[in-house]
Amino acid sequence: MAARTVLQAPDIQRAITRIAHEIVESNRGSSDLVLLGIPTRGVELAERLARTIERIDDTAPLVQRGALDVTMYRDDLARRPIRAPKPTDIPASGIDGKTVVLVDDVLMSGRTIRAALDAIGDIGRPRAVRLAVLVDRGHRELPIRPDFVGKNLPTARSERINVRLSDTDGVDEVAVEGGEA
Amino acid sequence: MMRHLLSTAGVSRDEALLLLDTAEDMAAVSGREVKKLPTLRGRTVVNLFFEDSTRTRVSFEVAAKRLSADVINFSAKGSSVSKGESLKDTAQTLAAMGADGVVVRHQASGAPHTLATSGWIDAGVVNAGDGTHEHPTQALLDAFTIRRRLHGSASRGKGLDGVRVTIVGDVLHSRVARSNLWLLTTLGARVRFIAPATLLPFGIDGWPVDIGHDLDEAIDERPEVLMMLRIQSERMHAAYFPNEREYSRQWGLDDSRLSRLPATTMVMHPGPMNRGLEISAAAADSPASTILEQVANGVSVRMSVLYHLLATGEDA
Repeated sequence: MAARTVLQAPDIQRAITRIAHEIVESNRGSSDLVLLGIPTRGVELAERLARTIERIDDTAPLVQRGALDVTMYRDDLARRPIRAPKPTDIPASGIDGKTVVLVDDVLMSGRTIRAALDAIGDIGRPRAVRLAVLVDRGHRELPIRPDFVGKNLPTARSERINVRLSDTDGVDEVAVEGGEA
Repeated sequence: MMRHLLSTAGVSRDEALLLLDTAEDMAAVSGREVKKLPTLRGRTVVNLFFEDSTRTRVSFEVAAKRLSADVINFSAKGSSVSKGESLKDTAQTLAAMGADGVVVRHQASGAPHTLATSGWIDAGVVNAGDGTHEHPTQALLDAFTIRRRLHGSASRGKGLDGVRVTIVGDVLHSRVARSNLWLLTTLGARVRFIAPATLLPFGIDGWPVDIGHDLDEAIDERPEVLMMLRIQSERMHAAYFPNEREYSRQWGLDDSRLSRLPATTMVMHPGPMNRGLEISAAAADSPASTILEQVANGVSVRMSVLYHLLATGEDA
């Protein structure tokens, strides 16, 4: 099946840098910010965003970051092969009163984010929850929209988006696969 | 993944690690303010207990409730079973009520297997102890406890390779010993049974286990894990040892034996304990003892089992 690369390593790095700036701007600094990545690749994205924010905003040196697994909150558990949950790792200072930025690689139906919002509700009560995604490919099934987007990528439903990131996959790349030729 | 959990003998290493790793995530939930997941909302779990049990039944009940399942407790005492209802009729009644999962404890070895394969009920079956056969979730929680003591928060994905586990006491009547033998061996541990010759099962020669009779010798080998089994007086219909004092002197973990163990050896007991018989009060309450951890971990492990058996609707 033919794979078409749509974002290469420099594109991804630029998108992360831009999103980092947008987050700092909309939050008026990086205090009380918690970046929560959704496994697997959202966690690496959150880590890279946090490091970038620390670099561009040196007033608050450490950005809280973590991982939020949503497997147990999914609404499609009964329709799919069982999934092994991934670790959830919430910063020790918690999320109460903070601005939580959910970070994921691809946004499509919005169901993962719906599950993440439920999971957050069981962990604490943030002041606000925002959403950052590397790729928004459309096909929303729920009234959910991202606050920070790396790239809007209109796709057919039959296509697959493969996000590869250097720590997880050894290479930075976003490719579109399949679909009707 | 499997549909029922009847025995640890057929569980592969990958399946066992998946169950243990998921239990790590479940343990994290127990530390949160909202100790509940919506995962099994709308599912019904029946605790079907034909034999007395407090900790296992309560542990399964807490596990199912933390996953938002509805729980029905059904014990033989005070039910139609005491009026002579058969397992088949009980199962069909539960099926008619729409049970998605059945957690069963029965005094007859093989009863959960019958329930799972008879076609009387189309629900996931978890064996919570059958006769002298198996008690798989106990073995899983023991493996989970050992792994956490050894590796702490870095436990995920790890087996128990090379860990020496010595299981002492009433192996004959112990489903815990059997389930542990299969599971711990699958995970790479080396299991030893230490017991009086009268309390070893017939046909044990073919099992992957070292057998000994001398507890002092076993202690001098400094195993990583020493698991004391309960003397199951309720199943003893013959004289297996002269008297309790004699048993305690030869096979009990008393204070002097405890002092000879290395500080790193963990002392386990599946509970309920006969303090002063197979284990002294000092041993049970010592820092080496994992007994309360075992109880706490039991909930996480059972959540993991219920999740993997019941969360999926179709055959995946």
